[in-house]
Amino acid sequence: MSKLRNISSDYYWLLAVVFFFLIVSLFLDQFQISLAILILFWALLGAAWNILGGYAGQFSFGHAAYYGIGAYASVVLLLNYDLSPWVGMLAGAALAGLFALLIGYLSFRYGLKGAYFALATFAFAEMLRLIASELELINTSVGIHVPLIGGDSWLRLQFEDTPTNFFYSILILFVLVMVVSIWVARHKVGYYFQAIREDEDAASALGVDPVGFKLAAIVISGALTALGGSFFVQHFGFVSPELVFGVAISIEILLRPIVGGIGTIWGPLIGAIVLTPLAEFTRTFVRNPPPFLEVIEGRAGVDVMIFGVILIAIIIFMPDGIVGAAKRLGERYISRE
Amino acid sequence: MSDPLLLCTRATKAFGGLVAVNGATIELDEEEILGLIGPNGAGKTTLFNIISGEIPPDEGSIHFNGVDITGLKPHVIAQKGLVRTFQIAKPFAKLSVVENVMVGAFINTSNVERANQLAREVIEFVGLSSHADQPASNLTTASRKKLELARALATRPKLLLLDEVMAGLTPTESVSMVELLQGIREQGVTQLVIEHVMQAIMTLSDRIAVLHHGELIATGTPKQVVSDSSVIEAYLGEEFEIAEN
Repeated sequence: MSKLRNISSDYYWLLAVVFFFLIVSLFLDQFQISLAILILFWALLGAAWNILGGYAGQFSFGHAAYYGIGAYASVVLLLNYDLSPWVGMLAGAALAGLFALLIGYLSFRYGLKGAYFALATFAFAEMLRLIASELELINTSVGIHVPLIGGDSWLRLQFEDTPTNFFYSILILFVLVMVVSIWVARHKVGYYFQAIREDEDAASALGVDPVGFKLAAIVISGALTALGGSFFVQHFGFVSPELVFGVAISIEILLRPIVGGIGTIWGPLIGAIVLTPLAEFTRTFVRNPPPFLEVIEGRAGVDVMIFGVILIAIIIFMPDGIVGAAKRLGERYISRE
Repeated sequence: MSDPLLLCTRATKAFGGLVAVNGATIELDEEEILGLIGPNGAGKTTLFNIISGEIPPDEGSIHFNGVDITGLKPHVIAQKGLVRTFQIAKPFAKLSVVENVMVGAFINTSNVERANQLAREVIEFVGLSSHADQPASNLTTASRKKLELARALATRPKLLLLDEVMAGLTPTESVSMVELLQGIREQGVTQLVIEHVMQAIMTLSDRIAVLHHGELIATGTPKQVVSDSSVIEAYLGEEFEIAEN
């Protein structure tokens, strides 16, 4: 901490993470690859949320809005205009960015902060869910199946024969989001975001435009979140309002950065690495519990309850997340020497 | 004569029935230090909030550097070179001292290395170097005041509004703060200073303005002000001796 952290050092770390995932992926079986895909997928969404919720300190409880816009934009463009999901992804990001600008303008212009901002974002996401459930253009609440072409196609982002290509796709998207996240954190805009988070009055007394920079944060965050939504549709092959605009998505998006370390560059990835396998494990566990726990067999919601308990424990014992706790341990170790 | 750097004309602000500032007119020339004194609740901080754009005045106007800044947002006013500190220090607690000051420095440059360099120079100047890389939340009250000052200085302001930077400091710390502020003036920074520490404000200021019940009751050199009968009655209580130095 004695000197200004080298700006490029985080990019080297990112390179190391990419190599790690690439090498490990060579030894993974089908199930493990799909787990790795999920980890990167949630890390991407967490990192995108973290720019607004972590760096700028504006706690969004409605990121499902941007996620769903990304999902629907790509699938609608694919079905109606035969556009590649990669193009649809960009269109979704642009659209989500615009919608974020609208939400941000209405919230920040009128000074919504803390819990009130969280509630407003939640309300906007719910509004989109309800509209999507009625909208004929996107087949209402029934949802849309992505037409399968059979076989592999990079253009169509469909890999029936080689699912590992999904892994490479999400890795590319993850790197993209992380590059943006690191760039923001290490530049003037990132310092301004944090200043606004810590004390808005003090920040504006130093020439920081709070509304302008909060708008920047929400637009970047929303646009990047849409990339995750578009990827999900292609990977899962199906989209419905409940699935992509539901409150469950909003919660899952913010869970990992909070557990990993809110407002830190690597918190979202660490949170995803810890929580994602745990989520999959509890889901399997509930499906096939040991004999003495037969009561929970197949009961929906038990995994969510276990998740909730873990979250409460982390908030009590590690309020700064895993990254914060590790840092404190490290400092204690150093000061003892 | 050239225009004053700051001209606050008949500024008035009422909160409900309470008139916090009533027709206050203040003029500051370049490189001048004007002390603003008065009893608690006299409206000093409200006047600061009006000048720095936190609250718009009900009446009156503020001109800075020849430009009408009445009703502009605080960040716009700060970008024009009028920067304030807060009576209760507002450090960015999770950032380090140098990062705190960098936020101020970024008004001059978008380059991170350059902002860091500028911040470290200012930190050295105010005497916080040994704490530069600590989190701001670790600082003592005295150091927090210095941090407020350093952040404001890093913006390279033309006019500094200092709200009780000496409150809570020991007499020795106050003396070094006075020296610091004099050094800042030598660099060409005009200052409007709210202060309760009499010895310090009398030594530091070229002129003193006295606010009472929202109205300016006297303006003049420290010597004139301390012998003004209305000031003695409203604020000082007895005749104040200015130490010769």
